[in-house]
Amino acid sequence: MMTLLLLKLPYFTVVVLTLLGLAAMVFKKNLIKILMGLSLMESAVNLFLVATGYRMGGVAPIFTNAPSPHMTLPTVQALTLTSIVIGVATSAMMLSFAMVIYKKYGTVDSQKVKKLKG
Amino acid sequence: MDVTQTLQTGSGAWNPLLWLLALAVALALALAIRSRGRKDFREGNGRKPFISGNEEPGNAGGHVPASNLYWGFLESLKGYYSRLVPLHTGVPTDYVAWLLGVMALMLVIGLTI
Amino acid sequence: MMDTFVMRHLPALLIATPLFAAFLMPLVGNAGRTVRSAWVFLGALLTSAIGLALAWKVLATGTVLYVFGAATTQQALPPDAAFPIRIMFQVDALSALMAVIVSLSSLGITIYSLAAESKQSGLETFYAMLFLLIAGVLGMVVTGDLFNFFVFLEISSLAGAALVAYRVDDGVAVEAGLKYALLSTVGALAVLTAIGILFAQYNALNLASLAARLQFTALDKVALVLLAVPLAMKCGAVPMHFWTPDTYTTAPSSVTAFLVVSSQASLYALFRILFTLYGHLVQFSWATFGWFLIVLGVLSMFIGVTMAIPQKDVKRLMAYHAVSQTGYMLLGVGVGLAVLGNAEALKTYGKTAMAGGLFHIINHAMYKGLLFLTAGAIFLRTGTRNLNRLGGLGHTMPWTMVFFMIGALAIAGVPPFNGFASKLLIYESVFRFSPFLSIIAMVVSILTLASFVKVFHSMFLGPPRAEFAEAREVPAPMFIGMALLALFVVVAGLMPQPFIDHLISPAVDALVDRSGYIAAILGGR
Repeated sequence: MMTLLLLKLPYFTVVVLTLLGLAAMVFKKNLIKILMGLSLMESAVNLFLVATGYRMGGVAPIFTNAPSPHMTLPTVQALTLTSIVIGVATSAMMLSFAMVIYKKYGTVDSQKVKKLKG
Repeated sequence: MDVTQTLQTGSGAWNPLLWLLALAVALALALAIRSRGRKDFREGNGRKPFISGNEEPGNAGGHVPASNLYWGFLESLKGYYSRLVPLHTGVPTDYVAWLLGVMALMLVIGLTI
Repeated sequence: MMDTFVMRHLPALLIATPLFAAFLMPLVGNAGRTVRSAWVFLGALLTSAIGLALAWKVLATGTVLYVFGAATTQQALPPDAAFPIRIMFQVDALSALMAVIVSLSSLGITIYSLAAESKQSGLETFYAMLFLLIAGVLGMVVTGDLFNFFVFLEISSLAGAALVAYRVDDGVAVEAGLKYALLSTVGALAVLTAIGILFAQYNALNLASLAARLQFTALDKVALVLLAVPLAMKCGAVPMHFWTPDTYTTAPSSVTAFLVVSSQASLYALFRILFTLYGHLVQFSWATFGWFLIVLGVLSMFIGVTMAIPQKDVKRLMAYHAVSQTGYMLLGVGVGLAVLGNAEALKTYGKTAMAGGLFHIINHAMYKGLLFLTAGAIFLRTGTRNLNRLGGLGHTMPWTMVFFMIGALAIAGVPPFNGFASKLLIYESVFRFSPFLSIIAMVVSILTLASFVKVFHSMFLGPPRAEFAEAREVPAPMFIGMALLALFVVVAGLMPQPFIDHLISPAVDALVDRSGYIAAILGGR
C-alpha cells in the first residue's frame, strides 16, 4: 500500500502543480504572476514526463559496471531535458516582454494591458 | 478548351476559361452597342452633366470614411454586436480561460461518448 | 537525377538550410547591407527550391522516409528491434502539399521583406528569427515523430512571438507578442502532456507506430483532446481566436503573412492527428470529431466575418478574415471526417469536401499573404492603417491596387480567381452533406465581399489626398514579392484541375489512407 502510494505520489504532485499553475494564469492579474503560473505548469509537465519513465528495478543505461541488465530506455529523460531548455527560452522571452510592457505602459496589470481589443 | 481545365466537383463542373470566353463575348456585345452611339460627342465644349438643374458639386470632401459605411447593417445587428464585441476583451487571462474552457468541454464530451 | 546526394538528403536539407541561414545571419550581417540581403535572398531561394524538389519527389515516387542516424536513411526499423526508435521525417503527399505552400509563400514574403524592412534596425536578428520561423514551420509539416513535432511547434511559436514583438511600437507590439507567446506555450504544454500520456502507454513517439498500437482507452481520449484543442487554437478557430487579430495587426506585414502559413501548419497537424493517429479506430466516433471540426468551422466563418465588418484597422479586418477563411478549411475537412466511416458517402462527396478544404489552405496562404503584403505596402507609404484616414491611393499606387483587387476578389470567392475554385468544391460537396451548412458558407462569402468592398473604397477610391501626396508605387522587391503571390492566385484560379489532380487529390488520399502511412514505417508488420 505504502509503495503504491509512493509510486503514485509524483502524479498527485503533477495534478496539484498543474491546477496551481492554471489557477494563477486564469485568476491572477499581475503579468509576472501569470508567467509564474506558466512556469509552474511547465514544471508539472516535466515532472509528469520523468514520472512516466520510472520502471521498478530498472537501472540507468550505463553499460560500464552495470549492476543489472534490466535497463530503462532513457527517452523521457531526453524529452524532459529538451522541454526544460525550451521552457527556459520561453520564460526568458516572456519575462523580457513583461519588462518592456512595464516600461511602456507603466503597469503589469493584465487588465490594463489591453490596447488591442474589439 | 481543354477538358482537363474543367474542375469536376462531383455534382457540377466549372471551367474558368469558358467563363472568360463568355465574359469576352459579353464585353464584345457591350462594345458593339456602345459603337452605335453618337460619334460627334466630345467631353467639355460647354456641356455639363445635368443634375436636376443644379451646379455639379466639386469632389473635395466627397469621400465617405470607412466607419460610415454599412451603418445600417451594424445598426440593425446592434443586439448581436453588443454581445459579441465585448467578448474580445484583450486581456490575456481571458484568452487562456477560453482555451481551457473549450478543452474542458471537449474532455467532458469525449469521455462521455 | 533521382539519386544524387542532394536528392537523397532532401528532408534533412529542408530543415538544415533555413537553420544554417538563420544562425550565420548575425555573422553575415556584419559584412554590410548588400551581402546580408543577398544572403537572405539565397537562403530563401534555396529553402524553397529544396521544398519544391522534395514535394516533386514525393508526388512522383511516393512517401519519402528519412531516418536520422540509421545506416541508410530508409531503414525505419533497427535490425534487432520491432519498433522504430530513431527520429524520422515521413513526407507523404499531404506533407508535400504543405511543403509547397510554405516554399512558395516564404519565397514571395522574404523578397518582399527585403525592401519593406530595409529602413529598420536590427535586421540580422529579424532575419535570423524569420528563418527560424520558416525552419519551424517546415519541420512541423514533414516530421513523423510526435516529440519532434512539439519541438518544431515551439520553435515556430517562439520565433513568431519574437517577430511579432520585434517593433516595440510603444509596447503595443510587445503586448501582442506576449499574448501570442502565452497562448502558444499553454497550448504546447498541453500537447506535450498528451505526448507523455501516449508514450507512457505505448512506448512510442513515432506517429506511425503509435497509430498502429492505439487502443483508444480513456487516457487516449484525454490525449486526443489535449492535442486537438490547442492545435485548433493555434490555427485560430473561434472561440479561441482572440490572439489572431491582436497578433496579425501589430506584426510587420511580411511576418503577418508568414504567421498565416504557420497557422496552416497547425491545421495540418490537427488533420494529421485526427485522421492518421485516431481516424480508423473502431471505437472512434467519426461523427463526433467531424462535427467538432464542423462546429468550429461554422463558428469561425460566421463570427470571423461579422467581427471583420466593423473594423477600422485594415490589418485587424484582414486578420478576422483569416479566422473566417480557416473556417472553410475546417468545414471541408470536417465533413470528410464525419463521413469517414461511410465508404459510399466518402466517395461521392466526402473526398471532394476534403479536396476543397485542402485546396483552400494553399489558396488562402497565397491570397491572404498577398492581402497582408498590400496592407504593408500601404502602411509603408502612408504610415497609417486606419481606414478612416486613408483614401485616394488608387491614383498614386495603381499596382498595389491591382494586387489588392486580385486578393480581395479571390478571398470573396469571385470567379475566376482561386478562392472561387476551392469554395465551389466546398459548397457543392457540403450541400450534399447538409444544405444548411453550405448556405452559411455562401452567406459568409457575400459578407466577405461586402467588407472588402469597404476596404477597397476606403483605401483606393476618392479624390487624391494632400497628406498622401508623397505616396508612390512600392520598390521593386516588394512588387516582385506581391506579383509572385498574385501570379499563383490567378494561375490556380484559371487552371484549378491540374492542381487538384497532381497536388490536392494525392494529399486527400494520403489523409484518408491511414494504413499506407503506417506501412511506410512498419512495412506491414
